Amino acid sequence: MSTTSFTSATSALNVDESTVVLAIETSCDETAAAVVMGGNDVLSSVVSSQIDIHAKFGGVVPEVASRAHLQNLLPVVSSAIEETGIQPERVDAVAATVGPGLIGALLVGVSAAKSLALAWQKPFIGVNHMEAHLYAGLLDDPTLEFPLIVLLVSGGHTMLVDMQDHGRYRVLGHTIDDAAGEAFDKVARYLDLGYPGGPAIDKASARGDAEAVDFPRAMLHDGLNFSFSGLKTAVINHVKKNPDVSNDDVAASFQAAVVDVLVAKTVRAAQQTNAKGIVLGGGVAANSRLREHMSTFGAEQGLRVALPSRAMCTDNAAMIAAAGWHRLRSDGPTSLAAGAYPNLRLPIDSSGASSK
Amino acid sequence: MIDARTTHVEQTEELAAALAALVRPRDIIVLSGEMGAGKTAFVRGFATGMGVSSDETVSSPTFTLVHTYDTGKLVIHHADLYRLGRLSDVEDLGLRELADLGDVVVIEWGNVAEEVLGDHLVVSLEVDDDEEDTRHVVVSVVGHTWDSRWEQLKRALAKWGN
Repeated sequence: MSTTSFTSATSALNVDESTVVLAIETSCDETAAAVVMGGNDVLSSVVSSQIDIHAKFGGVVPEVASRAHLQNLLPVVSSAIEETGIQPERVDAVAATVGPGLIGALLVGVSAAKSLALAWQKPFIGVNHMEAHLYAGLLDDPTLEFPLIVLLVSGGHTMLVDMQDHGRYRVLGHTIDDAAGEAFDKVARYLDLGYPGGPAIDKASARGDAEAVDFPRAMLHDGLNFSFSGLKTAVINHVKKNPDVSNDDVAASFQAAVVDVLVAKTVRAAQQTNAKGIVLGGGVAANSRLREHMSTFGAEQGLRVALPSRAMCTDNAAMIAAAGWHRLRSDGPTSLAAGAYPNLRLPIDSSGASSK
Repeated sequence: MIDARTTHVEQTEELAAALAALVRPRDIIVLSGEMGAGKTAFVRGFATGMGVSSDETVSSPTFTLVHTYDTGKLVIHHADLYRLGRLSDVEDLGLRELADLGDVVVIEWGNVAEEVLGDHLVVSLEVDDDEEDTRHVVVSVVGHTWDSRWEQLKRALAKWGN
């Protein structure tokens, strides 16, 4: 048997401010591609958002798995490159999310990125989606100083991460049941407020009284983990018992309960770790009350609070490229033999990018 | 059909663990019940019963769609079809295929997909009209894979008998 090994370019690449990374993200609902130079200069970031289709189908994902990504991938990658005005040859490395996520969805992006790396003879970089979320805040504000506390809140995740440096993280807490964004979505659906649930609750809350119902703040004084399942059930029970209650009041009171817990634990985590700042990430980071309260309470503690744009908080490929640039600089290219890892955890030190 | 009743979420988890003790590779368990009925809590108890380490957090896969746990002896896939609307999407997740490979599959909001899942167990969790913490747990079966275990299952769940 011949010893032809399918490796991407392995010659030492000098990773610096001019290094251009093309990144592909297909771990969940969004197909995304981006071109980022030097780890923080976003030349393009394209997301094939399915939000209109979601609205049409009443909050249901019409095609979640690999087929939708396959259809979206080439147009998304092409426009990401075209938008920059650079030639594909200018791309120095190709990154893709290797996990966590759905295996079928991940494989579409990973296979495409490996193919491009092989064809162009450029390094491939496997990127952890959760690690990339940590970089979203730094992309928006490169002047942030470590150590940072990152609160990552989305439909799928709720976690507090102590980001000590590039590649050095500690997960301080996470949800033990529902993610905060999931609670937003389900409560919005239960109250018939529309989809997506986060913005719908935010809007209804502006009209409601946040103190109308005293919903539970689960585990408020108990460690840095979160629990939102009981709150969701409490909302349902309250509406069942009080059918005439104002939906706006319920939404506002529910939102206040979620935000109180998120802010209290994030600020506490920052104090415990002597963090210099707090960074929000994930779709729930777009919530107006969360942004307002985190800024206020963070500032009271002398902490710098970074509130990245919604586009940077939700799934995108620019953050994959940024994390990929740092990984390439610290660890070099990822082997083309590496696969996709649906259950990938956040690496806790700089050697964990492509391990399970 | 087996009728059971739990008066607290911890009891639902215990019942799920008792049921898990009779589960074999290739089993599919479909969970139905309204929002807040305790489907994720059921899976938490089920996973413990299957031998998933207590260090593992069994959280809701509503947005992430499938979470996978490895007990060392068996792989358990915890899926949630709440966000899925079409049978073709469910088929894309390949849940039947995962079970055919010898894994165990537990599916929240799985009743929308019963027709493509083949033989499976159905666990329905209903919230009591008066007691907000009480759940009526109804276990039924599609196909014959539980025939030889049915009497055992009845005995295992008898302590929560209605």
